[in-house]
Amino acid sequence: MATATKTQQISIFNTNEPDKGKTKTIYSIENFNLWYGTDQALYEVQMEIPENKVTAIIGPSGCGKSTFIKSLNRMVELVPSVKMSGSIEYKEKDIFSPKYKVEDLRTDVGMVFQNPNPFPKSIYENVVYGPKTHGIKKKSILNEIVEKSLRGAALWDEVKDRLNENAFGLSGGQQQRLCIARCLAIEPDVILMDEPTSALDPISTTKIEELVQTLKKDYSIAIVTHNMQQAARISDKTAFFLNGEVIEYNNTDKLFSNPDDKRTEDYITGRFG
Amino acid sequence: MAVNVKELMNEKKTNRSVLAVTEKAAPVFFMVCAIVSILTTIGIVLTLLIETITFFSRVSFIDFVTGTTWWPFGENASYGILPLISGTLLITVVAMIVAIPIGLASAIYLSEFASEKVRKVVKPILEVLAGIPTIVYGFFALTFVTPLLQTFISDLPIFNALSPGIIVGVMIIPMIASLSEDAMSSVPNSIKEGALATGSTRLEVALKVVVPAALSGIIASFVLGISRAIGETMIVSVAAGSTPKLTADVTESIQTMTGYIVQVTLGDASYGSTTYYSIYAVGMTLFIFTLLMNLLSQYISRRFKEDY
Repeated sequence: MATATKTQQISIFNTNEPDKGKTKTIYSIENFNLWYGTDQALYEVQMEIPENKVTAIIGPSGCGKSTFIKSLNRMVELVPSVKMSGSIEYKEKDIFSPKYKVEDLRTDVGMVFQNPNPFPKSIYENVVYGPKTHGIKKKSILNEIVEKSLRGAALWDEVKDRLNENAFGLSGGQQQRLCIARCLAIEPDVILMDEPTSALDPISTTKIEELVQTLKKDYSIAIVTHNMQQAARISDKTAFFLNGEVIEYNNTDKLFSNPDDKRTEDYITGRFG
Repeated sequence: MAVNVKELMNEKKTNRSVLAVTEKAAPVFFMVCAIVSILTTIGIVLTLLIETITFFSRVSFIDFVTGTTWWPFGENASYGILPLISGTLLITVVAMIVAIPIGLASAIYLSEFASEKVRKVVKPILEVLAGIPTIVYGFFALTFVTPLLQTFISDLPIFNALSPGIIVGVMIIPMIASLSEDAMSSVPNSIKEGALATGSTRLEVALKVVVPAALSGIIASFVLGISRAIGETMIVSVAAGSTPKLTADVTESIQTMTGYIVQVTLGDASYGSTTYYSIYAVGMTLFIFTLLMNLLSQYISRRFKEDY
């Protein structure tokens, strides 16, 4: 379990975007270490994730980027042997504090997974699952949530006439957008995306990328991606992970055009990974 | 030393003729084995059928199906199967009231909450439970459960439907737990993670996502459990008594279809008597019941199959 080091965090990102000025921090991660059994997967991660921005996390396979993003909503704890130290604060709340229930954290922070994972239920039931679980029962409200969430995920027009059909009848890309809609339905503040397009075709990928651009107006997004072009296209900030360490965390423009670290340069120019 | 792989392989090829014979003979052998079990089944059904027809040449089919008295002995013999069916159903209902909640709850625990360690210990134990001879369960019902129940229900007769019903249920728990657990464990983790990531508790994930997704397997396990309870013989022969009675009162002494067959085959009836043929008619009824249950379970598995 992580111990809470209560240092007040105020972060300023102003290097490349003078017009945006100050940006609020939604997540601050300090000296975060993580072990699977005896194998250390993350080393002293130090990061601040800004609000209403897209933060990309890139790095070669096995660098800990998925582990890191799953730590942000504590999904990583599903692995029984996991151990952690250091602190992660979400909106200045220690996410490991017993006072902040893990279910509440996961309501504030939604997640979209690598492979589309709709429930074996109808499209409608998939979207209302979250709100229903959290106690919303009124049909009219649920209907409204379904339309709003599906519109938010740019899926409404494609499925509005077959909301009661099984979600497995949708294409992979549609399923993934349904999973985004399912996530939007509980109105989180943050959306974590763990390689959301790696199982999709290029057209579906483009749709999800466009969606991410729209969503960042209302949500803070952290996205793990294997695809550097994708990170460059859609993110405001990029963190480069290597062997469980954050090698460089910078504005995306800066990181891809003029990286501070030699290893970042080697990776983005395709010398390894 | 250099090994010449090609040469070694060619050595085997020289035995080709032997190989070819084996290659042809093996499938034939396998097919014969498969046919043996099919032929046995057909043989059993035919025997049942022929003897049942003989029975119905002596006793009216309508009387058999609608009669409310089962008294197959002596002058005033009466062959109404309803009391035997009601006895069987009584046992089945009691058994399922015990087995379904406990079996399903154990399955949910094993699949969704138990650690890998616990699961590795508990599942084999469940399977051992399934291997206890039913006669042992029967005596357990008669000599332990019935006296125990008598402390709560003072006028409970020594032979009754309740005690063997409960024990048949206990016997079925491992089967329901094990089959339902298999169904729930085959629900992909990604779906469970998707539910957890929307802020569901583990209990909510188990009840609202995993159980519905595994429903076809779970219901199929219930149906198989029911058909096992219908066919259960030793427990009811030992502890339920031998008084065919059309009743819905579990505290009464009753007789099931299986119980009756045991009673007669133990030597109460002479070969060729109507009583003797009656066991085939009862056997046929029993066979139809369990066959329907198995068909139902197959239908449910297909009908409610959720692809993931």
